[in-house]
Amino acid sequence: MQITPVTVTFAIMSIFALGGGLGVVVNRNLVHAALFLVLSLFGIAGLFILLEAPFLAAVQILVYVGAISVLITITIMVTRRIMGIRESVNRQWPVAAVVAVLAFATLGFVIVSQFAGETPVSDVPPESVAQLGAQLVSSQAFLLPFELASVLLLAALIGAIVVARD
Amino acid sequence: MADIFTTIYHWLFNLITGLGASEGLATGIIQFLGAFAIANFALLILVFNIWFERKVIARMQDRIGPNRVGPWGIFQTVADLAKLLSKEIIIPDGADLIPFMFAPVLAVGSVILIWAVVPFAKSAIGTDVSIGALYFVAAGSLGIMAILLAGWSSNNKYALLGAFRAVAMLVSYEVPIILTLLIPVLLTGSMRMNSIVDAQRIWYFFGVPLAAIIFWIGSVAEVGRTPFDLLEAESEIVAGYHIEYSGFAFAMFYAAEWAHGFAICALMATLFFGGWRGPGVDQFPTLGAFYFITKTFLIYFFQTWTRATLPRVRIDQVMNFCWKFLVPLSLLLLILTVVVDKVVALSGAIPAYLSTQSFAAMLPRTIVLLTVNLVVGGAALLWIARAGRVERERRAVQMAAIESGAAQQAGK
Repeated sequence: MQITPVTVTFAIMSIFALGGGLGVVVNRNLVHAALFLVLSLFGIAGLFILLEAPFLAAVQILVYVGAISVLITITIMVTRRIMGIRESVNRQWPVAAVVAVLAFATLGFVIVSQFAGETPVSDVPPESVAQLGAQLVSSQAFLLPFELASVLLLAALIGAIVVARD
Repeated sequence: MADIFTTIYHWLFNLITGLGASEGLATGIIQFLGAFAIANFALLILVFNIWFERKVIARMQDRIGPNRVGPWGIFQTVADLAKLLSKEIIIPDGADLIPFMFAPVLAVGSVILIWAVVPFAKSAIGTDVSIGALYFVAAGSLGIMAILLAGWSSNNKYALLGAFRAVAMLVSYEVPIILTLLIPVLLTGSMRMNSIVDAQRIWYFFGVPLAAIIFWIGSVAEVGRTPFDLLEAESEIVAGYHIEYSGFAFAMFYAAEWAHGFAICALMATLFFGGWRGPGVDQFPTLGAFYFITKTFLIYFFQTWTRATLPRVRIDQVMNFCWKFLVPLSLLLLILTVVVDKVVALSGAIPAYLSTQSFAAMLPRTIVLLTVNLVVGGAALLWIARAGRVERERRAVQMAAIESGAAQQAGK
């Protein structure tokens, strides 16, 4: 394999993504686990950039690092007595490990059997963001899922307000 | 006609390839040098900005300001920097060391990242990515994580309270910022910074002044300057999230705040005031950098002026103002802009995406949008006036009740 800037960047970003994921799982300190989650999501944003999908990369940072991780971190910080936990709270980790390995094997099998040996499908169009936007509101493409997701988010928003007012 | 930035680029490129490097390596080296130059510009300009702001505020408040170190005290910031560099960084007991030291780095980094998409001139932009506007918001959201890290890892309850308050405020004000940032984006039809500047034969400020004002208010809140400087409320939460930081670690938070304050001026100039556009810029592209810097500093002066003039507001007022006023107003403005712009385009008066090509073609569209903005802005002002009157009457009734109660007490 040839070493190019792209492969080096891919290696670094993969280490971020995978190492961060490992850190989330093995850390007993929940805040540290949340920080490793940020690192992992950051690595995935880097992979999106390598795939020439800058829009997805920016949204990954904005939504996952800027909003969801902040939400998770604050939830951990305001939950009483969750920060001091040092020993594991239950003994189910072998079961969880088996489930995780099975899920990984299934996904890996599907991906390998589908895409192994394939060359890149086509070049990335120059104005990919504009095309993405057009697809989101095109009735032939993603209009229905897009609108459904919007309605779902609106319902969640109203639900949150109702809960907060009680 | 080639401008100075392209000339420098070609000169460097020939120099490096002349030394035997491949073309890819030469491009890489020049890109690195460019990033280095922009990052250092963003930080070194602070040495001037901090002096500028102190001096301007002092004059506005009828003081002299820094006047000891150098002529007009211009080297005051250099002396301050030397002092901060030589101070000890105290790490509190029980602090979480790695997040504690990483937070200031992330705070400064998130601000410097913004400068990558700021166009100084047509050919002088760090990287003209197709998602420039979105990139700016994403880079800014990293700063929130830095504040949270700093507040939590300090092992101090005031720092944590300050961080929660700061995060609540920053996350809230991101909503109106993004909604109003969408308006220049959709008027241009692109998120590319250079396209947004290029389309402004008439500055967007004249077409959508209300969007510019809301974006400005949100940005000032995002930076945490007066009147929104609640991130460090001395009277309530001591210094806020950076209470435990000293020496250069504190200086980095300080630098991040000031650099962010200057960066939003550059973005304001880019998005609403035509960036590097100005007379003669098509013939002499180098002039663009001059126009851009001039506009940025004029806006920076305006920011300083606001800071010296306005009193600060309470945290509940800040949050109410955002969620109950700015967010509905910017939503309304966004929808109206979309509809009006589309109607104008469909009526055949001006083809929407050609309307940005020349001053004359852009004029009708600008006038229509300006009318919409003035109507919405006027209605919003009337609404504020009414809300203020209702509140004052309520207070008056309360006070009267208290006073009559006190009079009865005294009469007994």
